[in-house]
Amino acid sequence: MKYVFEFRNQNLTRAIARKISQVAEKIGREVRLMEVCGTHAMAILKFGIKELLPPNVKLVSGPGCPVCVTPDEYIDLACTYARDGFLVATFGDMMRVPGSNTSLIREKSKGRKIKVVYSPMDALELARSLPMERVVFLGIGFETTAPGVAASISAAEEMGIKNFMVLCGHKLIPPAMRVLVEDPRVRIDGFLCPGHVSAIIGSRPYEFLVKNYGIPCVVAGFEPVDILQSINLLLSQISSKKIKVENEYTRVVTPDGNLKAKQLMEKVFNISDSQWRGIGVIKDSGLIISDKYSLWDIQARFPVKVSSSPEDRGCRCGEVLQGLIEPEDCALFGDPCNPYNPFGPCMVSTEGACNIHYRFGHKEDKIEAGN
Amino acid sequence: MCLAIPFKLLSIEGNRGWVEIGATKREVNLILLPDAKVGDYVLVHAGFAISKVEEKEAEELLQILSTIS
Repeated sequence: MKYVFEFRNQNLTRAIARKISQVAEKIGREVRLMEVCGTHAMAILKFGIKELLPPNVKLVSGPGCPVCVTPDEYIDLACTYARDGFLVATFGDMMRVPGSNTSLIREKSKGRKIKVVYSPMDALELARSLPMERVVFLGIGFETTAPGVAASISAAEEMGIKNFMVLCGHKLIPPAMRVLVEDPRVRIDGFLCPGHVSAIIGSRPYEFLVKNYGIPCVVAGFEPVDILQSINLLLSQISSKKIKVENEYTRVVTPDGNLKAKQLMEKVFNISDSQWRGIGVIKDSGLIISDKYSLWDIQARFPVKVSSSPEDRGCRCGEVLQGLIEPEDCALFGDPCNPYNPFGPCMVSTEGACNIHYRFGHKEDKIEAGN
Repeated sequence: MCLAIPFKLLSIEGNRGWVEIGATKREVNLILLPDAKVGDYVLVHAGFAISKVEEKEAEELLQILSTIS
């Protein structure tokens, strides 16, 4: 596949890994780099990147899995609408996320109308082709996904489709990064910035992390060569003390990103405070549907109250997605909590840190743990 | 969740485009990429083409990286 295999070239990865070791030795202290995006976390473990890094370079997962940061209340709302007879259309990885006392997959087993779709446009097509159904699409995801949902709401307006609505749970990455660097417990020496979020918002929005906090930032692609080269650039910044926002993923990301996508988001959404599971409310970190499009906002049209009381079952996903602990540090990890019996969202979502660590295994820890 | 794969754009009809995935074709929405052209490689996420993949930039990066010894 073009633009994929060239960036998996083993000679390149070895050469960059050697350079990383040289620079890391010069730095001579532990360096904690956070990959914000869950897709990066997946690629890092899938391609065995950690095994190529010197011991003083630590990679830490951030809150970049939109499923993991979705609060219980959102799942409870979605299940309530399903129980009220709405046809709930959702991305697949939301199905098994635990709410307070239910999940979409459990509601589906009780016969509720819940359908997995690949695109918000598929949900709009469902509404168009089933005029007697009231279709609600679960709008989850960061700036990579939000423009497509905005486009489907805008298309619904143009086509006069009124039985299509969205339960908006979109979140924005930069405000979450700000909260992480302001939390003294989370020690971050550099950010691997999310490549596809940046395809939309550009590399400029990370400048504040350099100016206000002096944190090196590199926008990274998702292949092994991209990730290693981005780590290489971060370490070079740390060693030279020349801190800036650098863009490794030049074939996709520009300073200003996708203007059309940003215009559509501004047209359909407003920015609001938002609740992040495990972190709490973050100022200006979420999107809500603007008044002009309230006809397609299910919470405006069919307001519903839920009382979310998540029982504390020892799940420490909140700390995992802030990089405070590794999944292996959680007492539930592996047994009883695993992808087949998930306790928390980070084990449910295929891009959750716990799920990835369980599936791809963290060979280093296994060797140290002697098993 | 932010997974996006580069595919080659085979044909365009208004906001609808068709990309080549191995031996099959799939429809994608081009509303977020109005100046996409046939033959471009585009990143597809959740049914939408969200960005073009720039050949020149890819070649340049690979060229620079090949000098790392």
